[in-house]
Amino acid sequence: MLTKLLSGDTPRSSLLTVILLIVLVCLAFAPFLFPGTKSLETAARICIFIVLVASYDLLLGYAGIVSFAHTMFFGIGAYGTALALSATGPSYVSLAWGTLAGAVLAAVFALAIGLFSLRVKAIFFAMVTLAVASAFAVLVSQMSWLTGGEDGLNYKIPRELTPAFKLVEEKVLDVRINGKLLAYYLVFFASAFLFLVMLRIVNSPFGRTLKAVRDNAFRAEAIGYRVVWYRTTATVLSAVMAALAGSLLAVWLRYTGPATTLSMEIMIDILLMVVIGGMGTLYGAVLGATLFILAQTYLQNLMGIASEATSAVPFLSTLVAPERWLLWLGVLFVLSVYFFPSGIVGRLRAGRA
Amino acid sequence: MSDTSIKPRIEKVPLSEQFFQKLPVMLVPLLALAGLLAIGNPASWLTLTVAGLAMGMMIFIMASGLTVVFGLMDVINFGHGAFVAIGAFVGFTVLAWLAGWTESPSVLLNLFAVLIAILAAMLVTGLLGYAFERVIVMPVYGEHLKQILVTMGGLIVAQQMIYVVWGPDELHISRPEAFQGSLIFGEAAIEKYRLVAVGIGLALFLAMRHILQNTKVGLLVRAGVENGEMVEALGYRIRRLFLIVFMTGSALAGLGGVMWGLYQETITAHMGSEIMVLVFIVVIIGGLGSVEGCFIGALMVGLLANYTAFLAPKVALISTIALMVVILMWRPQGLYPVVKAK
Repeated sequence: MLTKLLSGDTPRSSLLTVILLIVLVCLAFAPFLFPGTKSLETAARICIFIVLVASYDLLLGYAGIVSFAHTMFFGIGAYGTALALSATGPSYVSLAWGTLAGAVLAAVFALAIGLFSLRVKAIFFAMVTLAVASAFAVLVSQMSWLTGGEDGLNYKIPRELTPAFKLVEEKVLDVRINGKLLAYYLVFFASAFLFLVMLRIVNSPFGRTLKAVRDNAFRAEAIGYRVVWYRTTATVLSAVMAALAGSLLAVWLRYTGPATTLSMEIMIDILLMVVIGGMGTLYGAVLGATLFILAQTYLQNLMGIASEATSAVPFLSTLVAPERWLLWLGVLFVLSVYFFPSGIVGRLRAGRA
Repeated sequence: MSDTSIKPRIEKVPLSEQFFQKLPVMLVPLLALAGLLAIGNPASWLTLTVAGLAMGMMIFIMASGLTVVFGLMDVINFGHGAFVAIGAFVGFTVLAWLAGWTESPSVLLNLFAVLIAILAAMLVTGLLGYAFERVIVMPVYGEHLKQILVTMGGLIVAQQMIYVVWGPDELHISRPEAFQGSLIFGEAAIEKYRLVAVGIGLALFLAMRHILQNTKVGLLVRAGVENGEMVEALGYRIRRLFLIVFMTGSALAGLGGVMWGLYQETITAHMGSEIMVLVFIVVIIGGLGSVEGCFIGALMVGLLANYTAFLAPKVALISTIALMVVILMWRPQGLYPVVKAK
């Protein structure tokens, strides 16, 4: 049953299994284990980014395609939901059609870009997506009549998902059972579901063919698989998943703006998460997203301490200043591409032998 | 056996086909003409055209290194933007030291200060290019996926190092006296600095063309683009050649950074990745690996960006993407495909 749920793709390493279980339990009971607004925010971000990073891994790790337009699809999903909610009011119907519209639009965009530029070279696709994504970000911030420009959109979501809604009057285990909690569990279960769907996709015959195309496109073509078709389908699937993750973010934050969905920084974050976690395995996305967001939230505090401790040494203290955490993750990123391209998960699996 | 000698018969290419092959060269004047028709007012058209050419030349300076590196060694450097930014920061630092020279009205001192700034920037970025090639790029030759990732990582680290060295704030500097102000032609006002940029860009293009077409190094580079293994088999160390080209490309990015910085008068650590979008569009339009294509693409992007910024400001960046799409529909490999799709 469990193996079937995971589509036969078990973690294949006892340590990895333990870590994944810890992550799962922590996320599933986050509101009770770590009370407080900040930790709940962090947990929800981790859930959403697991989906987002896994969908990127579908493209990068399984299909071997580098895209810089992933935040664009993420943003399309978020804006789709946001616009629907602000235009037709906070109902579940508008939530549903906004999400659907975002996903369809992302699919159409991905199809167009894929058919257009996947015929040539991987590098070509990377460059085209970079250009298109930045143009899209500029477009969104300029169409302020529709998207709210740089300020983004604030909107209401269905009342049952807001802190104002009380499910049970008294506290359970010292935690208020309110709409925020429901929203968190909506995000959690939707993320878990999407993750399992992606696991299903990559372990299907389609996923296997995708890996064959990645490893040797020429041979896959010779055997009779239509390489362009497989690559384009992978692009479309990953775009739809990213758009759905974007919708989750839109519901969770009740705000959508360019900085939270479309910026190049987020694209780089996703890239770091995939590579540090491990390319070509969806569990890598779980570890990468979890570690990265924890680092983003808490490493800066740690570096603040280190910076104070070294404040006597002028250059070193700027190197470990809290704002420079990306520097160290960048170094880690480069090192991990060289020395363990299969990321943390690959390391753990290799250590088992 | 008959002793008829074999005479090669060279068929004359029909005129229509010749025209079709030369068509990319015509694109820039055609675009300028279209701009004139759309804008209507010759004075503002002249101003915009010079601005567009200046912008195009600066983009060309930055893009040329990238495209030659790609053509020669099949390496695309996503960290190229870091060299642009670092070049600009080094140049600005030098100009700030030489404030006495840049503020004096003497043209000679002004020129001298800018020259020193450019040389310092090119030296630093060239050396950084050496380190970048040795440390970051060398282990991943032949693996596109890793190249993209690793050079992207290099870009992140380099951008953060700019913050560490120069602090998080953007830098401002005003152009030297000699480059300030405009020349007036009838009703059209043309900034002096733009003319300087056009001059430098044109000189650089001609020099690059000369080196590539008429010198031994250029011959080797072109041969390397065509067939690297053969060049190695003939006894040339293509790796060393590549290192030189990489360093030159990085130094050119530094030069472009200083010029772009002086054009904008404000620089940030993120300027590199912002400008890389334009550089990539230009490289794609021109055809990966082609210097001529890159030149034409850069001029077209510069002109189009300025015309649309005047006619319809909101679609300025979209217009360059649209240009890229149109060009790729017409020639899927860019204007002058040099490197065969691998």
